[in-house]
Amino acid sequence: MKKLMIGNAALARGLYEAGCSLISSYPGTPSTEITEEFAKFDDTYCEWAPNEKVATETAFGASLRGKRSACCMKHVGLNVAADPLFTMSYTGVNAGMVICVADDPGMHSSQNEQDSRHYAVAAKVPMLEPADSQEALDFAKIAYEISEQFDTPVFIKMCTRVAHSQSIVETGERIEAEKVYEKNPRKYIMAPANAIARHPFVEERTAKLTEYAESSAVNSVEKGDGSHDFGIITSSTSYQYVKEVFGDSVSVLKLGMVNPLPVKLIRDFASDNKTVYVIEELDPIIETHCKSIGVNVIGKEKFSILGEFSQKTIAKAFGLAEKENVSLDTAIPVRPPMMCAGCPHRGMYYVLAKNKITVLGDIGCYTLGSMPPLNALDMTLCMGASVSGIHGFNKAGGSETEHKTVCVIGDSTFMHSGVTGLINIAYNQSNSTVIILDNSITGMTGHQQNPTTGLNIKGDPAGKVNLESLCRSVGINSVRVVDPYNLEECEKAVLEELAKDEPSVIISRRPCVLLKYVKPKKPLHINKDKCRGCKRCMKFGCPAISFRDGHAVIDNTLCIGCGVCAGLCPFDAFESEVE
Amino acid sequence: MATKNIMIVGVGGQGSLLASKLLGRLLVDEGFDVKVSEVHGMSQRGGSVVTYVRFGDRVCSPVIEEGEADFIVSFEKIEAARYISNLRKDGTVIVNTQQIDPMPVIIGNAVYPENILDEMTGKGVHVDAIDALELASQAGSAKACNIVLMGRLAKYFDIPYEKWEFAIEKCVKPSFIDINKEAFRLGYYS
Repeated sequence: MKKLMIGNAALARGLYEAGCSLISSYPGTPSTEITEEFAKFDDTYCEWAPNEKVATETAFGASLRGKRSACCMKHVGLNVAADPLFTMSYTGVNAGMVICVADDPGMHSSQNEQDSRHYAVAAKVPMLEPADSQEALDFAKIAYEISEQFDTPVFIKMCTRVAHSQSIVETGERIEAEKVYEKNPRKYIMAPANAIARHPFVEERTAKLTEYAESSAVNSVEKGDGSHDFGIITSSTSYQYVKEVFGDSVSVLKLGMVNPLPVKLIRDFASDNKTVYVIEELDPIIETHCKSIGVNVIGKEKFSILGEFSQKTIAKAFGLAEKENVSLDTAIPVRPPMMCAGCPHRGMYYVLAKNKITVLGDIGCYTLGSMPPLNALDMTLCMGASVSGIHGFNKAGGSETEHKTVCVIGDSTFMHSGVTGLINIAYNQSNSTVIILDNSITGMTGHQQNPTTGLNIKGDPAGKVNLESLCRSVGINSVRVVDPYNLEECEKAVLEELAKDEPSVIISRRPCVLLKYVKPKKPLHINKDKCRGCKRCMKFGCPAISFRDGHAVIDNTLCIGCGVCAGLCPFDAFESEVE
Repeated sequence: MATKNIMIVGVGGQGSLLASKLLGRLLVDEGFDVKVSEVHGMSQRGGSVVTYVRFGDRVCSPVIEEGEADFIVSFEKIEAARYISNLRKDGTVIVNTQQIDPMPVIIGNAVYPENILDEMTGKGVHVDAIDALELASQAGSAKACNIVLMGRLAKYFDIPYEKWEFAIEKCVKPSFIDINKEAFRLGYYS
């Protein structure tokens, strides 16, 4: 059947058709939908794990037992999963195992622009890179074949434009695949003696995979029509941009497998073309390989190491005419993303900003608290770094910082890697105040369940971590829960906990307003007779409140009636509609 | 057929996903090669969002670049202006006249450009402006703005009206089909 599918859905379909029986993942844009789509199949197992390391090891366990498995993550998630990755390269697999990783060139929703291909090279694990949805589906099947034939986990690398672009896909039927588990300590116990014996296998495997790369159909040469004396080596979405600009006129070596890279295939392609360009987003992985095998290519000197490409990037680099367009003289104000109207995080941030508290932040919707007018954050690094970071900050700053510094972390991020930082605070006793912004969901990635929500990926009842008990059990004695819609309560809690000479946790708890079970109230309105135009409410940064003709105005298509703004107004100008 | 390019732009949360789903379904049914590209994640939180819809005999790139869009369908006034450089010289802008202030305007760091549609017209852009919010409300739901705008877009295509209606039936929940068909009709005939 032919269907329009995003790359991630097609990849999920491909994994399913290839007989994948288990997926364990942690959400992260642009990888999230692979797992969400796979969860829609009834005859397989699928879960959200607390983090990518756990997910990867879970998938490894399933492979060991004899079922084809996968784990999915964004590029930075692979950093978390790197520990099992490097040693799984040595153990290899029993049933096939696929690691799906999605890069985000252009950083649409990420904190860095790292290139996951480095991991494939460093861990000596093969990596396939589809260029559209159909290839995502097809490559999933090829990945399992490679995995079992060569005894290795296999990467499928997506990028934002492949993951989130829909193109036409022909779907097929599922096959069942299962292997027997047999005890094999020399393969699966990576103690030094076994690992030493296993390392040569890894090197031999890479040599065999290079042979595979020379002749496999995943790498292909498309002959041009002779109108150009140059050829292009490319992969992934860059291939689509090349085809958009040149059609079938130029010779292209399309690499579907980006690790290991072929040698003879590249040398032959280079000898057939006077000049060879390498067009790849982010780092010069293919280019460096070409140069290392003595093939002279033009790459990053012409195509940026930064950001995403497009057909314009290619056309411009080759000096082709720019397309005529329209430009306006008026400057258009930027529209950055922001916390939603009624977002429970806003109340806590307002209190922190008002009291000029130093705030070490973390990864999630609440990173948006850094935006004006709240400007509430001082630092955001990676998942969990707020909690570990404040410990170091206060150990270094002592009494100068510990009474005026907090860290903020979401419920899902706390489960991911905040709890280990909290254990360090409790163990090594820093006088740190940790605020868990518990909105009962993984928000930014589009509402995924997590260990604190009591529901699993399918929305069915599941185990539930009690945050208060968890924090107390690791050794934090001062744990309290506040409602971020109650500004007075929040302010009291923050100031009291900061004043204490012991570590403490404040759980700021209210569900995300976008959750279906959170029913909006009627919008508030402004009593213009009472509003004196003092603009105090404008410091709150709610997108539903703006200022026109000397008065505050409420956009009733955005306001959900949370009423927090009403408490800020010294003149009681915010009024609720009589219900 | 040469590739046709439609950009759907607006503010995160305005429902561009359904509009692109509808277009995708329709164009695949019409036998075209189709690519639809959108960005998920952080930008969806009230930020400026853009979806690219491309169709023709063979579509390679999933994105639309400067001077390539035949149509920009905008859910909000200044969002049309933000992406105007992507419009081809004699392209068409279909725009909802709704104004949603971005945060820099709300907090007084920037001014909302009031006469932006006139400026576009002055530059030779064909601007087709409608109050989609009002028409959607007439149809029974302010959320149906997206389908009002699809109705307007449909006027520029040779695809029969019934095919669009069929695509609506396939893309929306059964209980919302009537409201959306009415929203489509109002957009088409207004």
